[in-house]
This record gives sequence, structure tokens and C-alpha cells, in this order.
Amino acid sequence: MFKNLIKTFLLTELGKGLSVTFRHLFVRKVTVQYPEEKAPQSPRFRGLHALRRYPNGEERCIACKLCEAVCPALAITIESDVADDGTRRTSRYDIDLFKCIYCGFCEEACPVDAIVETRIHEYHMESRGENIMTKDKLLAVGDKYADMIAADKAADAPYR
Amino acid sequence: MSDDIVNIEINGQPVTAKKGQMLIEVTDRHETYVPRFCYHEKLSIAANCRMCLVEVEKAPKPLPACATPVMDGMKVFTRSAAAISAQKATMEFLLINHPLDCPICDQGGECELQDLAMGFGRDVSRYNDRKRVVKDKNLGPLVSTDMTRCIHCTRCVRFGQEITGIQELGTVGRSDQVEIGTYIERSVDHELSGNIIDLCPVGALNNKPYRFGARAWEMVAKPMVSPHDCAGSNLFGHVLRGKLKRVVPQDNEAINETWISDRDRFSYEGVYSEDRLMAPLIKVDQEWREASWAEAIEAVRDSLRTGVSHEGDALGVLVSPNATLEEMYLLNRIARHLGSQNLDHRLRRRDFSDQSSDPDVPSLGMPIASIDSLNGVLVVGSNLRREVPIIAHRLRKAALAGADVGFVNPEEYEYHFASAAYVDAPLDRFAEKLAGVVAAAAETTKTNVPGSISKILADVKVDETARSAARILSENDRSLILFGQIAARHPNFSAIRRLAAVLAELTGAQLGFLPEGANAVGAHLAGILPHRGPGGVELEEQGRDALGMLASPRSVYMLFGMEPDGDLADCALAEQALKAADKVICFSPFVTQSLLDCSDILIPLGTYAETAGTFVNIEGAWQSFDATASLVGDAREGWRILRVLGNELELPECDYQNASEVSDALAAELGSGAIDSALSSRAGISLQSTDVADLTLDVPMYAIDSVVRRGKALQSTQIAAETREGGSEA
Repeated sequence: MFKNLIKTFLLTELGKGLSVTFRHLFVRKVTVQYPEEKAPQSPRFRGLHALRRYPNGEERCIACKLCEAVCPALAITIESDVADDGTRRTSRYDIDLFKCIYCGFCEEACPVDAIVETRIHEYHMESRGENIMTKDKLLAVGDKYADMIAADKAADAPYR
Repeated sequence: MSDDIVNIEINGQPVTAKKGQMLIEVTDRHETYVPRFCYHEKLSIAANCRMCLVEVEKAPKPLPACATPVMDGMKVFTRSAAAISAQKATMEFLLINHPLDCPICDQGGECELQDLAMGFGRDVSRYNDRKRVVKDKNLGPLVSTDMTRCIHCTRCVRFGQEITGIQELGTVGRSDQVEIGTYIERSVDHELSGNIIDLCPVGALNNKPYRFGARAWEMVAKPMVSPHDCAGSNLFGHVLRGKLKRVVPQDNEAINETWISDRDRFSYEGVYSEDRLMAPLIKVDQEWREASWAEAIEAVRDSLRTGVSHEGDALGVLVSPNATLEEMYLLNRIARHLGSQNLDHRLRRRDFSDQSSDPDVPSLGMPIASIDSLNGVLVVGSNLRREVPIIAHRLRKAALAGADVGFVNPEEYEYHFASAAYVDAPLDRFAEKLAGVVAAAAETTKTNVPGSISKILADVKVDETARSAARILSENDRSLILFGQIAARHPNFSAIRRLAAVLAELTGAQLGFLPEGANAVGAHLAGILPHRGPGGVELEEQGRDALGMLASPRSVYMLFGMEPDGDLADCALAEQALKAADKVICFSPFVTQSLLDCSDILIPLGTYAETAGTFVNIEGAWQSFDATASLVGDAREGWRILRVLGNELELPECDYQNASEVSDALAAELGSGAIDSALSSRAGISLQSTDVADLTLDVPMYAIDSVVRRGKALQSTQIAAETREGGSEA
């Protein structure tokens, strides 16, 4: 009872609290100044999807539809057909980014490393329908970031 | 216990088996699965895949279950260490040369090799040498090949040898050089050859039109019934997002066993033909314009009301024999409600003079499966393999089992079995030739024929072939006369049928009809006839038949599911009649220039794949099915359109909620009254030669209805090409 009275009148608790504040004025800062600064990313980061090509420009995707089958959110819709050169290709490959839960199962299921989730996570949509990543959009992402995706795959390869 | 029962033991369980049975039949019956590739219930035993090796006590080595007959006291172990290791070793050898291309293989997900590799395959291959590559063969427009995947089970080869009777595929080379192929590049042309797609346990032979279209696991299998022939083969339609991707057989031992004809398998392409009618069209001042459904139904109602107001006889209704029972029943009700008796489904028939003695339903008179066990069959006027391939297959089975099969045909069609008699009956003298057989039958059985006929028969020459044809029927106790479509389309049909009936009577044979279309029996039941109502009830006031209502043009026509330029006996006559009519209302899944020219209202109709309904086959089985695929465009199910039209026309008690209510209503109307399929013909006959020079009596297999005519793959087959070259048009 007496102790508490003294604590109350001498403001010891306040002093203790402020001392924490003071100490932190001088320790190393952990706050990341996003977007100027960015936190480090794993090569396994699962962000925006991309469809890859082989170095000779041929699409990797063979329309096996395993990603569609494994997708727990039913975000992927594929239609397949015979391509002009007689190979099996997708005629439609849509990913609904609103449905996608970024679990990475599609990437795991792919037998030809065609669908990947890239490190890209800073994207937005401005109108309805943009949430659907069509085949063209996915291939464009894959082309643009081909080097980054390849490097990430190579970095992760020893652990697979 | 009788001598032909043996006791064996499977995995410690005592079971009984018939002497001479193979082990795999016994294990299958007792739900003990033994892996296999080359064994197939319907084919002979090859024992060349070695996958079904099992351990048998006292046998020094594992034995193939498919080729080991059971013996008394045999102790079999299907899951013992020795059996499993033998099966795993076999699997390792099979996978040596099998490419690992499951992701791009259409068989992926429904592949017997893939399934068994899960259970018997190794995780990692020990084989590091070069894999064998085999060049793909071109087998025509229906079957795609990836021959590197082949594991040489020879099911396709045996199918050719045993089921179709024409060996189209064979093995070339030996050892690791062995290849399945046609030797000389040619297509597989038999009308059942599509079944090798289902037989192939791997992805070597696949469905070409469907190639890369979908994966097995994502499609929904929905039961369907064949819409093209009177056998009513059971099918599964595989549907992806409402679109029919392919058709496969549904096992039904009573009808199609495990086979279906290529026509049933590949005709679905026609459903997605580019000329599908997508919305109702109405012709206003010679200009076609799209209309809403409400407008279209109103237009149909008004043109029916105004056109038929003074007399019902002004309306003519022509119905495709492939329409469902529900559609037919509603059409029957609507037409009779409007006072018209002019409705018919016998579109390619030319002779209606004896229609009053038509049987109530044109049925086979026996179950389809019992054709197998007949011992004498006479086929009268039928290109059977093209008309009803499944019946032709049954007939071949009977013939191989020893039945005598004879033909009275205008042409000696190839059947791949030895015929006991072939009566060459040119179309113009068909009746005369058949009369020869009847006379021969009267001679051999020493029976008197009815007076009116005996006079005619007296002048007929009886030759040796006619006698042998008659003997087929008279000397066999289980005999059948198969009355085909060529005979049914013949201008002298009444006489031919009367003769066939007399022949049946003389010889004690059954007379079985093979009517055109999937639902001819249903049409008879539903009363799509000018002279009979539902259930074969004779009408007091008889209408005009299919030819009659075109020969004396009506002012209003309703065409249901048929095309006037392809589905009629006399297309030119139809064109004239339809052009002269005030209003032609066409219910059609497709829109063609000739339909646009001749009709005034076009109503988009769902095809067989998109509507619920019922087909009644020739053995009288009512087979109902649900809609398989989503409707294309703004088309609607036929029974739904007709129901609304019925409401608009104030047809009483027309508030059906689904297709089964319609067929239930018909069933209730038919009641339990026995349907009499006997023929009571008393027609006088004339044997005068008829002029048939310009007539197409043998309608090409792939021109039989509007959907088949649009099947791209079917139209590029050899069968279609041959019939086109033959100059015949349908």
C-alpha cells in the first residue's frame, strides 16, 4: 500500500516507460521505408504468376491441366487444342487473381516448369476484369522477368 | 456336384469355377483384381503382355492368369511375394520403351498403364539406354496414333480379326522391332473401328477429333442413347463446361455390349457445327430477322391459328424419326388439337398403300441380344452394316457361331462372314426375287400360301439360290427375317412386306423390322402417323402420309428436326410443296440456305445431346436420358418449346414441368394395352418391275440425319467418300 503510494507520486512507472523510448532513440532501426526500401525476398516468394518459354521462344506449357486440377481455389481455367504445329497447347489459360490464394501448388504440379509464381507482388487493377490473367498477360510477365525467374529457379534448384 | 465344376483356392479363399475357365475370369468374378493389359473379356486370349502373372502352387514358374485354365485343387496366389515380383518385373520391361509423356497424352488419367504403374512400377528407372521410337501411322480421320506408346497387347489386332472380321491392323516385325500398323498405309474403315480407341490400354490409339480437347478427370460422364439407329446403343457423353467433348460406349450386354458404331461416337461434332441456328428467326416481308422467343412462339401460334382456322387438313406435320418420344407426343397432341391428322415420321418411305396393316410398332420381335443365338437369318433389303452396325455385329456373331445367314439384297454388301445364300435382287425386280424365295419356301415346306398370292407365285421362277435362302428359314428352328431400310424405302414396299410376312408364316420365322431413325417405334407409340393415334389406335378420319401431304400441298407445314433437302424420299417434291405453302414453320437445330428459302419461321431446337427425352428401340425398351450438354446459342429443348406452344394454343392439360412428365402422360395414355407388333397385311401384290433408276434407297451411312451430315470427321472417312463417289445423294 505504502509502496504503491510512493510509486504513484514519484512517477517511477512513467520514468521506466520513457527510458525505453530514450533507449530506442539510439538503437539500430528495423522499420523498412517501403516503398523506398524493400524487405529481402526468398527466391521461393510466391507472387504474380507467369508462363515461361524455352530459350528458343517455344512456350513451355503443354496444356496437361495438372495445375488446373491441383488448384485448391479453382482459380485456373484452361482450354487445350492441337496447335498449328500439331503439338498440344493451351488455347486459353486464365488465372483469376481474386480467387488465387498464392499457395504455389500450380508451380509444384507443373511437369515442365511453365507456370511459376514470381517475386512480383506490387501490382494493382484499375477496372473489372483485370483480375483475370490471360495467357498473353502471363506470357508477357514471363518474358519480361525471364532472367529473374531463371535465376530464382537456379537458386532453389539444390533444395529440390 | 457335376463334373464341370472344379474347386480352386484363390489367396486362401475356396471358390468354385467352371471347367475350362481361365483363372482371370474366376478372379474377376470374385473381385480379386489381377493386373492385365492384353486380356479383354470380348476378345480371344493372347497372353502376350504377361502382366497377369500369378503364383500357382506346385507350378515352377508364375503363370499368366488369362491363359491358365482352372484345375481342380489349384491354389492360386495373386498377391504373394512371387506374384508381385513377377508383375513388377513385367511392368519394368513394359516401361522400358514407353515414353514418359503422360502430361501430353490424351489417355492420361484414364490409362491402364498409368494406373498399374502406380501400383507395380519402380520409382526410378534402371534403364539408361536409348528408348525405342516408332513412327506414327495415319489411320484416317477417326483414330490418332502415337505408336511409341504402344505396348503390343494386340487388342486392336484381335478386335479386327474377331469383332469386325476385317483385319485392318496387324503386327509387323519381331522382338523389339515389332510395330502395330496397317503395313501399307491405309485408314481403318470399318464402321465399328472407333472401338479400338477404348480397347487400347495405353495412349497409342486415340480419338482424333477429340485430340488434346480435355483431360479425363475434368469431364462429367452423362448417360446418353444413340440418336442415329434403331438399336439404341447406350452411350456416355463426356461433358466439359457444358460442352460435349466426346462420346464413349456404355456397357449394356442387352444391346451394344461394349461397342458402339463410329456414327454414334463421332457424330457429336455435328452438334457444334457452324450452321447452328442460334436464335429464332422470322421472315417479315421476305427479310429474315432475329426474334425473341416470345415473338417467335406468338408468330408460330398466329400462323397456326390463321392457317388452320377453317380446316385442320391445311396443316401438315413432318417429324424426324430421331425426335424424342416427348417431342413426338406433344406434336401429336398439338396437331390433333388443331384438327389435323396430317402428321408422319416415315419420311423416306415411298409406298403407303398398305399402311393400314402396318404393325402397331415396327419392332424386332425379340430381344436384340437373342440375335446371337439364332441359327437362321434372312436379311431382306438391308445394307445392314451401314443401317444398324450393332445389329450387323450381332448377326456376324451368330453367323460365326454357325447360323445360316442369307441375303435378299440389290447388292452383295461385304459382311466378313460366309453367307449361306445370296439372292441377287435388283431394285426394279426386288419383289419378284423375294417372291421366288417365298415360292421356294412353299415348295420345301409343302404348305399352301394364301390364295391371292399363290396365283402370283405360280408364275415365279424358283432357282437354286432361292431354295437355299428358303431353307435357311425353314430348316432352322430359331430363324428371323430382318426387314431392312432399303426394302422399307422401296416403291413396292407393300408387296415386299407382304411377301416377307408370308415367308415368315410359311417357315415359322420371326419377322423383324429395322426401321429408320432412333425412335421410329416411339413415333408409332406417340401417334406420329396419319392413320393412327397414340398406341396404334385406328383413327376414324385418316390424314395424309408423308408423301401425300407434299404431293397435294398444304397451306401450313411444321417441320420438326428434319431437313427438307436431305431427309425425305422426294426432296424435289418437298421443295415445291414448301415453296407453295403460306407458312412453313421449321423447328431445326441448324439453319441452311434451303431452310431459309422454304420456311417462314425458324425455331432453334436443341439436338439429341442437349435435350432430355426418351427413345424406344426395336426391342421396345424405353430408354430415357437427361440433357447432356448445354444448349448452343438461344436454342431450347424441343419438348419445352412444344409445351409453351401448346399453352399458347390452349391445349388442355399441357403444363408439364419436365420431360419425364410428358413420357409419363404418354405411358398413362397407352395404359397396359398390349402393343401388337404382328403384321396383319392382306395387301394385294404386284410383281411388276418398278422404275427405281433415280431413287436413293440405300441412304449413305453418314447422310442419314442432319447431325451426322455435319460430323466433320465422319464426312472425311472412306465410307463417306465411297458413297459420295457412288453418286448417291441424300
